[in-house]
Amino acid sequence: MCLGIPGRIVGIVDEQGLRMGEIDFGGVTRKVCLAYVPEALVGDYAIVHAGFAISRVDEAEAARTLELAREIETRLAEEDES
Amino acid sequence: MSGSDRNGSPASLGCPVPTRKGEVIVLGHGSGGRLTSELVNRVFLPALSNPLLDCLNDSAEVQVGTSRVVFTTDSFVVNPLRFPGGDIGSLAVNGTVNDLAVAGGRPIGLSAAFILEEGLPIAELEAIVQSMRRAADRAGVAVIAADTKVVEHGKADGLFITTSGIGVVAGGIELGAERIQVGDAVLVSGPIGDHGIAVMSAREGLEFQTTTVSDSAPLNGLVSRMLESGGAIRCMRDPTRGGVATVINELAKSSGVEIVIEETAVPVRNGVRAACEILGLDPLYVACEGRLVAIVDSAGAEQVLAAMRHHPLGGSSCRIGAVIRSGGPRVLLRTAFGTTRPLDVLAGAQLPRIC
Amino acid sequence: MKFLDEFRDAAAVRTLLERIRATITRPWIIMEVCGGQTHTIVHYGLDELLPREVTLVHGPGCPVCVTPIEMIDFAIELSTRQGLTLCSFGDMLRVPGSTCDLFDARAAGADVRVVYSPLDALDLARREPMREVVFFAVGFETTAPTTAMAVHQAARLKVPNFSVIVAHVRVPPAIEAILSADDNRVQGFLAAGHVCTVMGIDEYWPLVERFKVPIVVTGFEPVDLLQGVEMCVAQLEQGRAEVENQYARSVRNAGNVTARDLLAEVFIFVDRRWRGLDTLPKSALSLSDRYAAYDAIRRFGLTQARANEPMECRAGEVLRGLLKPTQCPAFGSSCTPDHPLGAPMVSSEGACAAYFRAGRLATAAAEETEAK
Repeated sequence: MCLGIPGRIVGIVDEQGLRMGEIDFGGVTRKVCLAYVPEALVGDYAIVHAGFAISRVDEAEAARTLELAREIETRLAEEDES
Repeated sequence: MSGSDRNGSPASLGCPVPTRKGEVIVLGHGSGGRLTSELVNRVFLPALSNPLLDCLNDSAEVQVGTSRVVFTTDSFVVNPLRFPGGDIGSLAVNGTVNDLAVAGGRPIGLSAAFILEEGLPIAELEAIVQSMRRAADRAGVAVIAADTKVVEHGKADGLFITTSGIGVVAGGIELGAERIQVGDAVLVSGPIGDHGIAVMSAREGLEFQTTTVSDSAPLNGLVSRMLESGGAIRCMRDPTRGGVATVINELAKSSGVEIVIEETAVPVRNGVRAACEILGLDPLYVACEGRLVAIVDSAGAEQVLAAMRHHPLGGSSCRIGAVIRSGGPRVLLRTAFGTTRPLDVLAGAQLPRIC
Repeated sequence: MKFLDEFRDAAAVRTLLERIRATITRPWIIMEVCGGQTHTIVHYGLDELLPREVTLVHGPGCPVCVTPIEMIDFAIELSTRQGLTLCSFGDMLRVPGSTCDLFDARAAGADVRVVYSPLDALDLARREPMREVVFFAVGFETTAPTTAMAVHQAARLKVPNFSVIVAHVRVPPAIEAILSADDNRVQGFLAAGHVCTVMGIDEYWPLVERFKVPIVVTGFEPVDLLQGVEMCVAQLEQGRAEVENQYARSVRNAGNVTARDLLAEVFIFVDRRWRGLDTLPKSALSLSDRYAAYDAIRRFGLTQARANEPMECRAGEVLRGLLKPTQCPAFGSSCTPDHPLGAPMVSSEGACAAYFRAGRLATAAAEETEAK
């Protein structure tokens, strides 16, 4: 449900017909099932829950979210002023 | 096995386990948390009570002639027997030495009693005992008494070791939770949670690869430096099962004070942090085996830290909190955002979670 | 840790709080659906940082809390059988069933093992063909695909000694139940970011259109939660009701198509009575006919009896945001984390457990004020 942690794919193998990957969580690596992220490649980041990657992290969106969070005023406030 | 459900009607399902909650020992009783202390208060203290035991310290000090002798006992039931950074043997030696050291004692000798499981490979036992010798040499101590017993297959997880240790406290060393004062600083000797994560990484069902190794090490050398530093040390503890949070709660309880820990000040290695994130654990409750927590007079805190940092086992020593008022016992954690939350003792052990 | 630490940045948190304060003009009640979000709120004290006008209510998004009590009883019953290993996520071990929990079962000699992934349970079954291995599959739509893959693999590799107790439940029916209740007070939702990572956001539009409440799909770190609150408050202040996506780095509109396809193959929707709530239609998952052989309840002939909660437990009202845990008569007396009556006191994200811990702080603050 909840605990989904981002990690970087450092290797991909096929095991028993399943696409599996080594994911580096910044000091810890673990084997994770990549069957649900067929588009993900080595070097990509994925969100991992219960041993499965459930999404590929969209790095552009991540940057945009942070940028929005750090703006001192929202664009809404700017629109009000104009 | 079936029983009837709560309404008494014949049921297809009842709890097949005889409901003896509270009547049998559960694993949580061994976690070092609330269940453990409840068991101690319910069973052991009433039966065995005496002024020394009642202090509930990790060791007891007795006067023998003109000497102040400290005496401690411990048992080691770790699984797996060997893990990155150590094994049950080195763990047993270091753990016992550390209980003596944080009481201000110079370790004199240890005893070790081995309970061997039928079927344990002798080669494995040899490796572990040789590791104990190396650990003892490193700590400058010897195993001066030993015993072995064998139990049937299935009764001992391979090997259990019970130790005891004796040490001598030099004149002028006075340590104890009753000496803690408002304004004192809380110090830790290095990054926390290494041991717990190292062991977990080797445990079946939770395997992950990490460079984290157990921090298991003898702290008597570090403690000597600290006691010579000139700063006033009130009390020390070595956090083991239950982690740093548990020992700080013990100290708060013994002295009746309120302690605040600054979350951002607590040192945690990246690998430990990552493993805790994946498993949903809080590093403050993960076991260490080569660290100590010290409460010191804040006026001398920098001196003590300088002495610690000069020792190989104390290079990352730092201040993590303060004793803020009397009228506790309470331990609080101040987050990176300035809010505080209680840092309580857990009931049992932390479990990995998905939620 | 990349994509984690940045979303815990104190400066961004402060900025978001200021912006929320600048926007808000009246009180609003917002429910965060997911237990992981509750955990972050309690861990960092975010509800203390938010302006008083924002009331955060903890929703039923703790699968531990809502797993039907009968399922826990099934798991306990199976775990006590000779030659059978019950594998479970750690979260479930201390949740009380009708009379005891999995920890008690283990204490009495049952083979109960904690796993991190359902694939670990399948691996165990393959390594030990003489044992029956049963996986206790709890969780929302985030976890269901992991179970689906384990079952799919078991079928593909013909692993006969593996089966699953399927206790997965779905979020949208729960939100619908909360919004449909006559006494509902919730005005906006922070939807569960990882559930939506799998399922997408489209199924929330009918709820928004029918009930006219904003739903913001939100992540799990402090920056995510505060940004989700900001977006929800903005909608409420402007009188809008839309589905918005705060967690766009993980959530796409259509979700994870590969996962949804396998879910559709392995599971069907069934009605289920949630612990603490009523029977919600099409709110749970069960194995489809094709995979029915892997259903542990069927394989071991367990019959579904209605189990009863302790009379005092008012988890249902708490889970719907109607009763504060502190208002429950059992709270702190007969029901504490050490001896819980219901699931919200057991799980660290459960509302009751969260209040219990925070409550001690409040008492301390009150005592301090009195002493001055």
